[in-house]
Amino acid sequence: MTVILSQSFTGISIGAVLLLIALGLSLTFGQMGVINMAHGEFIMAGAYTVYVVQKSIDSAGTSLLISLPLAFLVAGAMGVLLEWLLIRRLYARPLDTLLVTWGVSLMLQQLARDIFGAPNVNAQAPSWLSGRITLVDGEHSLTLAHSRLFILGLAIAAVVALTLTLRRTSLGRRIRAVVQHRDLAEASGIATGRVDRITFFIGSGLAGLAGVALTLVGPIGPTMGTNIIIDAFLVIVVGGIGQLRGAVIAAFALGVLQAVMEYSTTVSVARVTVLVAIVAFLQWRPQGIYTLRTRSLA
Amino acid sequence: MLPIARVRRLAAIAVASATALALTACGAKTGEESANAAATVDTSGDTIKVGLLNSLSGTMAISEVTVRDALMLAIEEINADGGVLGKQIEPISEDGASDWPTFAEKSEKLIQQDQVAAVFGCWTSASRKAVLPVFEQNGSLLFYPVQYEGLEQSPNIFYTGATTNQQIVPALDYLVEEGVESLYLVGSDYVFPRTANRIIRAYAEEHGIEIVGEDYAPLGSTEFSTIANKVEQAGADAVFNTLNGDSNVSFFSEYAATGLTAETMPVLSVSIAEEEVKSIGAENLEGQLTSWNYYQTTEGEANEEFVAAFQERYGADRPTSDPMEAAYTSVYLWAAMVEEAGSFEVEDVRAAADGITFEAPEGTVTVDGETQHIHKTARIGRIGADGLITEVWSSEEPIRPDPYLRDYDWAEGLS
Amino acid sequence: MTDHQTETGTGNGTGDETTTGNGSGARGARWRLAGGYAAAAVLLFAVAPAVLSDFRLEQLARYLCFAMVAVGISLAWGRGGMLTLGQGLFFGLGGYAMAMHLKLADAGPGQLPDFMLLYGSTDQLPWWWEPFRSPVVAIAAVFLVPMAVAAVIGFLVFRRRVRGAYFAILSQALAAAFAILLIGQQATTGGTNGLTNFQGFFGFALNDPINRRTVYFVIAGTLLALMLLTRQLFLSRYGELLVAVRDSEERVRFLGYDPALVKLVAYVVSAGMAGLAGALFVPAVGIISPALIGIVPSIQFLIGAAIGGRASLVGAALGAIAVAWAQTTLSEEFPAAWTYFQAGLFIVVVAFLPGGLISLRQLLTRRRPTPLGAST
Repeated sequence: MTVILSQSFTGISIGAVLLLIALGLSLTFGQMGVINMAHGEFIMAGAYTVYVVQKSIDSAGTSLLISLPLAFLVAGAMGVLLEWLLIRRLYARPLDTLLVTWGVSLMLQQLARDIFGAPNVNAQAPSWLSGRITLVDGEHSLTLAHSRLFILGLAIAAVVALTLTLRRTSLGRRIRAVVQHRDLAEASGIATGRVDRITFFIGSGLAGLAGVALTLVGPIGPTMGTNIIIDAFLVIVVGGIGQLRGAVIAAFALGVLQAVMEYSTTVSVARVTVLVAIVAFLQWRPQGIYTLRTRSLA
Repeated sequence: MLPIARVRRLAAIAVASATALALTACGAKTGEESANAAATVDTSGDTIKVGLLNSLSGTMAISEVTVRDALMLAIEEINADGGVLGKQIEPISEDGASDWPTFAEKSEKLIQQDQVAAVFGCWTSASRKAVLPVFEQNGSLLFYPVQYEGLEQSPNIFYTGATTNQQIVPALDYLVEEGVESLYLVGSDYVFPRTANRIIRAYAEEHGIEIVGEDYAPLGSTEFSTIANKVEQAGADAVFNTLNGDSNVSFFSEYAATGLTAETMPVLSVSIAEEEVKSIGAENLEGQLTSWNYYQTTEGEANEEFVAAFQERYGADRPTSDPMEAAYTSVYLWAAMVEEAGSFEVEDVRAAADGITFEAPEGTVTVDGETQHIHKTARIGRIGADGLITEVWSSEEPIRPDPYLRDYDWAEGLS
Repeated sequence: MTDHQTETGTGNGTGDETTTGNGSGARGARWRLAGGYAAAAVLLFAVAPAVLSDFRLEQLARYLCFAMVAVGISLAWGRGGMLTLGQGLFFGLGGYAMAMHLKLADAGPGQLPDFMLLYGSTDQLPWWWEPFRSPVVAIAAVFLVPMAVAAVIGFLVFRRRVRGAYFAILSQALAAAFAILLIGQQATTGGTNGLTNFQGFFGFALNDPINRRTVYFVIAGTLLALMLLTRQLFLSRYGELLVAVRDSEERVRFLGYDPALVKLVAYVVSAGMAGLAGALFVPAVGIISPALIGIVPSIQFLIGAAIGGRASLVGAALGAIAVAWAQTTLSEEFPAAWTYFQAGLFIVVVAFLPGGLISLRQLLTRRRPTPLGAST
């Protein structure tokens, strides 16, 4: 019994990480249709932000809290720069956007290598995150690590904040208007170019937040982005483009599936099963869990 | 559909290619005694060239760069002492880029283009397996400085790291001595952990140790909560850890998060040396065990000099580790073999190898001419809060290398 | 091939050199083309072997294998619009098919390959290795297996109209899954080591330099043959249909064709080419491993084609060769600078010169329009 509970929590915490890394994409890829392969490097930038902040501030807890908004700004600024320099010229060619941003990701990785060195580094976890809550004691205890709970909380907070922004603010209304009908939005006096840039800022900033969270589970390195970017895209593809709730469900479903498969088989079999399950799922629902109904022929 | 002209052209090209093939396809058949000549070593200049083949980029760079530093140190020291057979050593550096085909390509370049006398390097077994045919076909020499999974003995490779009976078997002996009756095996998904675990299983069967679980994580994986859960549920006496590099960071933090400690379930690692302890963070590793042939704290004058020289050259905060020591030693062993042979030719060097000794930082090492491995002392260490590893047990005497574990009855079915 | 077919296809400006032409220009182009191929053949078969050392020639053989993959990419991506980010999967299938046969041939009849004796826990050859004892089966499998796998994937994916980025991400995921699968099955696949240390190639000893030269000639010949074959495809009715599907799938569907089928053929053919390239890579380089299959190598395959010119055969092939060559030479001297340069060039070309470097030539000679395929 405790096994099932502890594995479900593991699955949920894997899902929370997936959700965090995919959340930014659900804006840039989901809402704007931009396939930004450098998203993983924005995550890396967020993670290195923690590392840099820790160099100047000794307290791991304070530096983590400072890093959260700072990483959002750093990654967001990188996103805006990328949008302004390259992506806005390529809105009509989504596949080329994919390739161009992949080239950018190569450059950013090399940049990280030149600045921080090729070996991975680690950030100190604050002491209040290194403990754990014991739910069931005994021979087979069930414990929840604080760091995992923190990531889960951060993911939920980010989802809520994003939902509120999209639903309740005028900025959110403008973003949705541009997504649903760009020409009409433009005709109604919305500066679509500016909205694009702001959307990209928020999406990339969320990548920075994810980077901060990732420093709690693994090392910080130049190639950390490449390892997770495909997972992030798969979450969006399964969830359905343009659907926040789809991404949430997909992230947790994939996380739990991965955890359950890992427990009963091996890690590599679990990885392959999840990937094959995704391909099979897309046979059944090619547009993902939720479909945004549009008038387009596709 | 095809116009005549195009058909003609196609035919012409086909005929041309066929002729070209016919003209050239007259090489040796398999099994024939072919020109497997010894490599040409360029001895013309005042210097003698050697190749250094390590990953300076990619995932393995973190480890292999330290080996490169140790190799350079040894070369500089030998050159300062007058070189080998009166010639200064000229290192030619190549980057394997953590990519096995690149290793094969670069080793071929070192042998054929640069005509080096020997090559020092490689870390992963995959890179060694990739370059092995190149060295055998060209009749050149590789000095391989990393502990590995054994079951190999190429006439063109000298293995200066530990084979299994100098690292894994002593580690198991130690655990048995400590009263361990059940083990959980955790490793990265590649050749060394998988082969090491086969050996451990054979050993366990003979010594009545129960293997309660065996898990592999993809190289570079950072998601270890499930594996930590499984380890915790299985409740083994100890964990035998063959995880590589950064995966250890995540593994040990998840391991701690499930409430396990070095007291309740010790982890014995065979891939974590001082350099890795530094990057993983000593706080996550304090009290855990490792098995190597050398630690920075190993006693002896040779080691004091080595550590001092290394830190003077590269910085006082730089730790020294087992593969670095083995790499450093390998250059000295090669130089001693060349001096003994009085020649740089590969065949002469090999013939002179047996019995060559060197006062290495780890203690006296002796080359075993038959297996081309070296006699090494096994040492179990405990990781301290300061990131250094202190010896808690040693085999006292150097152990004779036995890559195929022929002296062990329980290992009969392995090779 | 008749001239009226060269008059269609105005392209949409995304790297297409399809412009209208007239009969006399086409004839001149045809001679230029023949001259081009003859020159390439002379270069590959006479000049390169005479000038290059054994070592450099082997490197060239490796680049030519990458060029083969690029030729397939130019068909599926350049002409068909399918961003094949997972060619490593097919390269690997072909490579492993060949490597398995070579391993079994080295071992001899009834024997196990050497690595299985070391890592395997069984004394029995796995059933799916058994057919590869036969050289005929192995040679057929080299392209049939990748093509069959591509057919299944393509059928499932294109039928459900998964395309664009979805298709790209899915094919990447599949390549990653294949690499993980190979690594996890060390006892039967060699794990991360891959398969290496081959003694012979269909009876010829690989340690003999003469035989290694022969391997090079086989590769060069295969590349030229594949390029001619692909060129025929480009020029055929099918080639035009493929471009039409790329530019507007709906329009083609309304015209009564099945776009899924059209795309499937290009995808399957490009998979076959990648498989063949993988198979020839094995004797040339002496190793096939999961490191050549996953996400990063799969994208690497694409870079050369993109820089050279995705829709142009010659552009894609030359691009692949040039990038691979620059990779080995420049990365030796300036690893960091090379990464910036390669990535920067890639970004600039894809963003601002989608036709690749080869389209520069057309910009310069715009006044004299070249017929369809003239620069292929």
